[in-house]
Amino acid sequence: MLAFLLRRIAAGAVLVVVVATATFLLLSLTGTDVARNILGETASASAVAAKSRELGLDQPLVERYWHWAEQALQGNLGSSWFTGDSVSQSLTDTLPVTLSIVLAGMVIAAVLSVALGTAAALRGGWVDRAVQFGAVLGTAVPSFLIALVLAVTLAVRLGWLPATGYVALGTSPGGWLRSITLPALSLAVAATAATAMQVRGALIDILRADFVRTLRSRGLTTRSVVYRHALRNAAPPALTVLALQFIGLIGGAVVVEKVFGLPGIGTLANSAAVRGDAPVLLGTVVVTVVIVVAVNLLLDVAYGWLNPKVRVS
Amino acid sequence: MTSGNSPLLELDDVVVEYPGKGRGRKPFRVLHGVSLSVAPGETLGLVGESGSGKTTLGRAVLGLAPVTRGTVRFEGRTVSGLGKRERRALSKDIQVVFQDPYTSLNPAMSVMDILTEPLLVTGVARADAERRVQKLLDHVYLPQDAARRLPREFSGGQRQRIAIARALCRDPKLIVCDEPVSALDLTTQARVLDLFIEIQEATGVAYLFVTHDLSVVRHISHRVAVLYRGDIVETGDAVQVTERPEHPYTKGLLLAAPVPDPQRQAQRRSERLKLRAS
Amino acid sequence: MTPVDSVAPAASAAAPERDRLLRRSLRDPVAVVCLLVLALVIAVSLGAPLLTDHAPDRSVLADTLAPMSATHPLGGDGVGRDVLSRLLYGGRTSLLGGTLAVLVAFAVGAPLGLVSGFYRGWFDAVAGWTVNVIMAVPAIIVMFVVMAAVSQDLNVAMIVLGVIMAPMVFRLIRASVLAVREELYVDAARVSGLGDARIIRRHVLPVVIAPSVIQATQVFAVAIGIQAGLAFLGLGKASQASWGAMLGDAFTNVYNAPVLLVWPGAAMGLTILASSMLGNAVRDALGTAEPRVVRRREPVARKAAAAVAELPADRLLTVEGLRVAYGEKTVVDGVNLTVARGEVLGLVGESGSGKSQTAFSVLGLLPYEAGVTADHLVFDGKELLALDLAALNALRGRGIGYIPQEPMSNLDPCFRIGSQLVEPMRKHLGLSRAEARTKALDLLERVGIPDPERVFRSYPHQISGGMAQRVLIAGAVSCDPQLLIADEPTTALDVTVQAEVLDLMRSLQQERHMGMILVTHDFGVVADICDRVAVMQKGRIVETAPARQIFASPGHAYTRMLLDSTLEGGPARGALHVPSKPVKEVTS
Repeated sequence: MLAFLLRRIAAGAVLVVVVATATFLLLSLTGTDVARNILGETASASAVAAKSRELGLDQPLVERYWHWAEQALQGNLGSSWFTGDSVSQSLTDTLPVTLSIVLAGMVIAAVLSVALGTAAALRGGWVDRAVQFGAVLGTAVPSFLIALVLAVTLAVRLGWLPATGYVALGTSPGGWLRSITLPALSLAVAATAATAMQVRGALIDILRADFVRTLRSRGLTTRSVVYRHALRNAAPPALTVLALQFIGLIGGAVVVEKVFGLPGIGTLANSAAVRGDAPVLLGTVVVTVVIVVAVNLLLDVAYGWLNPKVRVS
Repeated sequence: MTSGNSPLLELDDVVVEYPGKGRGRKPFRVLHGVSLSVAPGETLGLVGESGSGKTTLGRAVLGLAPVTRGTVRFEGRTVSGLGKRERRALSKDIQVVFQDPYTSLNPAMSVMDILTEPLLVTGVARADAERRVQKLLDHVYLPQDAARRLPREFSGGQRQRIAIARALCRDPKLIVCDEPVSALDLTTQARVLDLFIEIQEATGVAYLFVTHDLSVVRHISHRVAVLYRGDIVETGDAVQVTERPEHPYTKGLLLAAPVPDPQRQAQRRSERLKLRAS
Repeated sequence: MTPVDSVAPAASAAAPERDRLLRRSLRDPVAVVCLLVLALVIAVSLGAPLLTDHAPDRSVLADTLAPMSATHPLGGDGVGRDVLSRLLYGGRTSLLGGTLAVLVAFAVGAPLGLVSGFYRGWFDAVAGWTVNVIMAVPAIIVMFVVMAAVSQDLNVAMIVLGVIMAPMVFRLIRASVLAVREELYVDAARVSGLGDARIIRRHVLPVVIAPSVIQATQVFAVAIGIQAGLAFLGLGKASQASWGAMLGDAFTNVYNAPVLLVWPGAAMGLTILASSMLGNAVRDALGTAEPRVVRRREPVARKAAAAVAELPADRLLTVEGLRVAYGEKTVVDGVNLTVARGEVLGLVGESGSGKSQTAFSVLGLLPYEAGVTADHLVFDGKELLALDLAALNALRGRGIGYIPQEPMSNLDPCFRIGSQLVEPMRKHLGLSRAEARTKALDLLERVGIPDPERVFRSYPHQISGGMAQRVLIAGAVSCDPQLLIADEPTTALDVTVQAEVLDLMRSLQQERHMGMILVTHDFGVVADICDRVAVMQKGRIVETAPARQIFASPGHAYTRMLLDSTLEGGPARGALHVPSKPVKEVTS
């Protein structure tokens, strides 16, 4: 197990380095004069040259990369070209917001998908058809469209929940919960839909499996057969699907944050993208990949724990 | 026996290994140096239990399993380790009938398409190929309208007849039969085996007949080889091996197969328990 | 039937399959509606210049948030542009973007997936790793980087998005190819002398096409969504009208003119829904749809109102007039049979004779779709038909034990063997955890497992098939049932293992004086263990007699035919006579 973990951590580290390097190179490809861009059309040529020097853009690409990588390893992801703010600091400020809504979305998706998938598989009939139809809608409609609808109806019209703004967990747990409810819900829809269909399909297959018939032949109650044995067997594939959804959730969060006016890394990345603020963009990419790798690692461990064929071999 | 005739198929010290899972793992050796030969027109029965490597041996002859060491010779020519193109040329002479009549036929293709495919690939005109297929269907006792139907419309035994017809398409000299009757009902099994024998007597094709069933092997084989955990433990005349086996493993195998007669079975059971106790 | 000669010779089988798919899809009203919606969106987007005189990016200050009017049918937006015009031209952006993404995703993903799946090896390893890298970063963040670095043009962005989504296509195609590659018919094609290119064209591509169509509709929908997200966030050129940018503009005016959200939102929602529901309809037409769920309830056989006759004292099981039907199809048709205490009844027949269905009816273990009726199903003096589920569960395992056919698939892969043995014993016998454990270990030892402690702690995948069958036998007898139902218990085993398992079953049966129904197709197994035999054909019992009598003088013609088909004890083929004739053509 330890060897497995170490291997996964090493693979994750390679992944982070590769993505960071690729992003760095891509962002360096930009043909425009960065310093001119920052200072505007009216700036003098000497001022532009000075700015270029200040940002280290006059250095060769390889040197700039080594410098960045060296600093990054020490936790310093550079400064914004436009505001001069420390990228690491900006990320530390914005990350809790994004993680709050994404993780809350994952929890909602996990709970709802098991409930809906099980109901569809066991009840059949209209329940099943409704869940299937909902799943098609849920996977198709982008989360920010759902967020817009929720924001306009529940928040702006009815005023049940705040339409914008984030309250830190430390400031007011209740306020935090109210501020993340709608964003997390919007994000959870797609993940719930995909995972519920997986739970449903797996349960239907498992309930037809030979070993379920044998369990029933031993006189076990329906409750034990379905909720102890069948659901347990449906868990590993469902977890795989949920893990895939996590990346989608982060992507969705970027737009959803804007709808609800949340100062998360999506908002940070968005303004950086609009301005062409390379260091900030690079920082968000690195942090996102690190989070994805970490979450996948956790899910791998959970998967191994759930699936004895992986755990004991 | 191979009297006078040079063997059609010869395996000399054939080893088949599959790479182990993961890097640095030891490769998994399925066959540990197997030697055997099949004469033209002969049926060599290859008997073994699961894990004995009998299916792998058949696949090695067909070029579907990697021969790590040793040689497979067909008509005196080494055919193990041939390139793709040369191997393809051999398809005229070496054919196959697999065990599972459900997955060995492409479910989306009509019987006609399945049967003309091996002919068309060699450049036979479609009209000629189709005429030949109609004759083949006759030979395996399938109705004429079978050609237009899909495999799923046929029973297991009929599908196996289709598979046999496909193997016969290009008049091969050797057919590797991998448990071709194991998935069939008893009555169907007997009829399909008789078809195999009839075809052999009519065409002189040789069979390498892989099976786990001693009674099947006795019915169809001239000679029998017994495979146990990747090694051949006994080879000989079919009558001798299935009635008076020499190797203890073959003896055990023979005594373990129950006979459809309560008295004889009781006797066989006590003999088996005696052999196990000794 | 028309003569075969009249069949068009060039017709290949894959073509009619595909035509049928198209026709079946078109018969589905949902698919038709989806196609109409998409056609409408395409028509109005392409016809935008005919439908409106306004340029989508021309802003007139006076028209800022203008109400609906004859000149501006949908009013003006936050910076005084005509909403209808932007909606129509925005459709072009969405459709073009979605199409670009689909084309690029397939152009990149499909060939790579095909090669990866078919040839595996290092190419597969490299491609798989690259795919993982691409999929580790959320698409929209990659798009940020690309748009910041390369171009703000939404169409360029969609081409890049196609590359980012290529892994979805890659994985689908690779998985389909891998599945086909393992099929025996591909091996057969190889042996037939088909080259790789031909195998791919004839056997692999037809399998890949349908899932690709479904995937394309999904990629299209996702791409439109992501494109709108980007524009909503203010990326893209200001001159490019798009639904996303409209949503962004409307959102800034959400308090003044919320209706502005409706038009682009509805247009986008409809297009995306039509596309993905179309994919779903194709899936339905393919027959690969999600399986339908039959409402889950335990099938309880219906009882005919006849009184139970006096039964002999040693009678354990009485089955009278048993019928099992699936819809119109009757698979068991009026079966009568009895089992006395300590008696082994062989239930013999070919596949499809209804022997297993008969055995499962006694345990109430048939699938939910089965319709079971009987005049009587009396076990140990209890009419099984009258029992509710709880009472039936009290009897299963306790009064009647079951031994299945396939050892490996009949153990729950997620639970340790010990726990699977312990659970029923705690329920039926009311044992404590420790008592049940002790009893389970004794049982494992009794069924001939050399290291009970280790097997108790093992998961099913860690033991062999023969071992697993012993575990299942231990489970079947763990609560001391009076009747065992064994469904082809040795069919999946090697002969040497079969002999040992039969020995075990016989000794357990005699030791505990259990009745047993042994379902089998093998007369050797019958001769080994059965006292009486019932022969089944097409859902009916054609003959019941003591085992010795069946073999010595079978009464029914069908029994005789079955016995005659056994090869055992028949003449050997003998040695090969030197082939006098050369190999010749079958057809000559």
